[in-house]
Amino acid sequence: MCLAVPGKIIEIYQKQELKMAKVDFSGVTREACIEHVPEAKIGDYAIIHVGFAISLLSEEEAQQSIDLLREIIEAGELEDEEPV
Amino acid sequence: MKYLTEYRDADLVHGLINKIKEITTQHWTLMEICGGQTHSIIKNGLDQLLPDQIELVHGPGCPVCVTPLELIDKALAIASKPDVIFTSYGDMLRVPGSQADLFSVRARGGDIRVVYSPLDAVKLAQENPDKEVVFFAIGFETTAPANVMSVLQADQLGLDNFSILVSHVRVPQAIEAILSSPHNRVQGFLAAGHVCAVMGYWEYIPLAKKYNIPMTITGFEPLDIAQGILTTVESLEAGTCEVKNAYIRAVSKKGNQNAQAVINKVFEECDRKWRGIGLIPGSGWRLRPLYTKYDAEKRFQVETIQAEESPLCISGLVLQGQKKPDQCEAFGTLCTPENPLGATMVSDEGACAAYYRYRTQTPGSQEKGL
Ligand code: SF4
Repeated sequence: MCLAVPGKIIEIYQKQELKMAKVDFSGVTREACIEHVPEAKIGDYAIIHVGFAISLLSEEEAQQSIDLLREIIEAGELEDEEPV
Repeated sequence: MKYLTEYRDADLVHGLINKIKEITTQHWTLMEICGGQTHSIIKNGLDQLLPDQIELVHGPGCPVCVTPLELIDKALAIASKPDVIFTSYGDMLRVPGSQADLFSVRARGGDIRVVYSPLDAVKLAQENPDKEVVFFAIGFETTAPANVMSVLQADQLGLDNFSILVSHVRVPQAIEAILSSPHNRVQGFLAAGHVCAVMGYWEYIPLAKKYNIPMTITGFEPLDIAQGILTTVESLEAGTCEVKNAYIRAVSKKGNQNAQAVINKVFEECDRKWRGIGLIPGSGWRLRPLYTKYDAEKRFQVETIQAEESPLCISGLVLQGQKKPDQCEAFGTLCTPENPLGATMVSDEGACAAYYRYRTQTPGSQEKGL
């Protein structure tokens, strides 16, 4: 139930005074309320939980953390004498 | 899909697991708080890839599992009333109450509907002015921003046929309850990434200090979990007890302050009973007095219902990391997902259900792990 998944905001509109968005989850589109992330723009990725965006994803942070993990792993491999 | 596939990269996960193997010098017990993480760990067999010295125990972060029995009984009482449309997230329907579950109430004619979002329940109230629409508002901090909005939206629309049955729980208080127990075995925590996306992680810093225990904010994909474990083991091996963030693409220290403001407007802190665990002081949220007219417990006068747990089920010990699901005598025999004795066997995020699904089936029927 606590499953929350990233999706891409493809449309933003008002509905009954609430800020809403169409969100694309790998080809499946659903509506989500984006009241809690008012700074959201079309093209942003957000984590959606029970129909609400709870957080916007930072592309820069995501790239940096993947790069950092690769570095950590590669640094280790240089020292490895035998592959595990 | 961006933000998903790259975090399921098996080579990177194996690379991090090797790192964990390299730095581990002794036995450590780590707890992942969130049921979504438990599911991901067992499904991908991450616990079996780790060195034997790293033991993962599964925490209480499954809202379906910890919603107290008497709240289920209250839900059943309300849902059985004529003129009520009872709405809930899908996985609550099979959770056993003292006598029945919501499914069987529905089979007897109760109007029970599964909703995806609490706003769907508000819409039902608008469309059915002659019915009472009740929403079962359960969950941790992750679900609170959505659940409180249903109340604000009903208020805005002037709906007097909408109410919520609240069973909200909070993670930091549960962590403190686990750490202060004399039977505690947990030495490091993987904190729940999406709870922290809402609340930030400032509340965890004094806890880590007080109990001298490292905590890492961790996401849900295999790579996120491997990174969370590596970060926590690094701290343990170095003898430090900081709170570190291994889910920076989604979580900041302060969290989502818009969401927090709305939660604080509608909810206030209260003591809350956890199924299988018991009362944890200050561990819940309830409606503030300004919004009590939306409180289904009051509206339907079910406040006095009490309930007793089945003595066979040890889910309380499972949820505190003191026992594994397969150490329960009823596991897979008297208790299965089709016939659950305890709530941890019901939800996909419950540790018992995850073990049953991924550890007792024949290999061919298992979903492929890493
Ligand atoms: S296997 Fe069933 S009875 Fe045993 S702890 Fe899990 S839910 Fe309870």
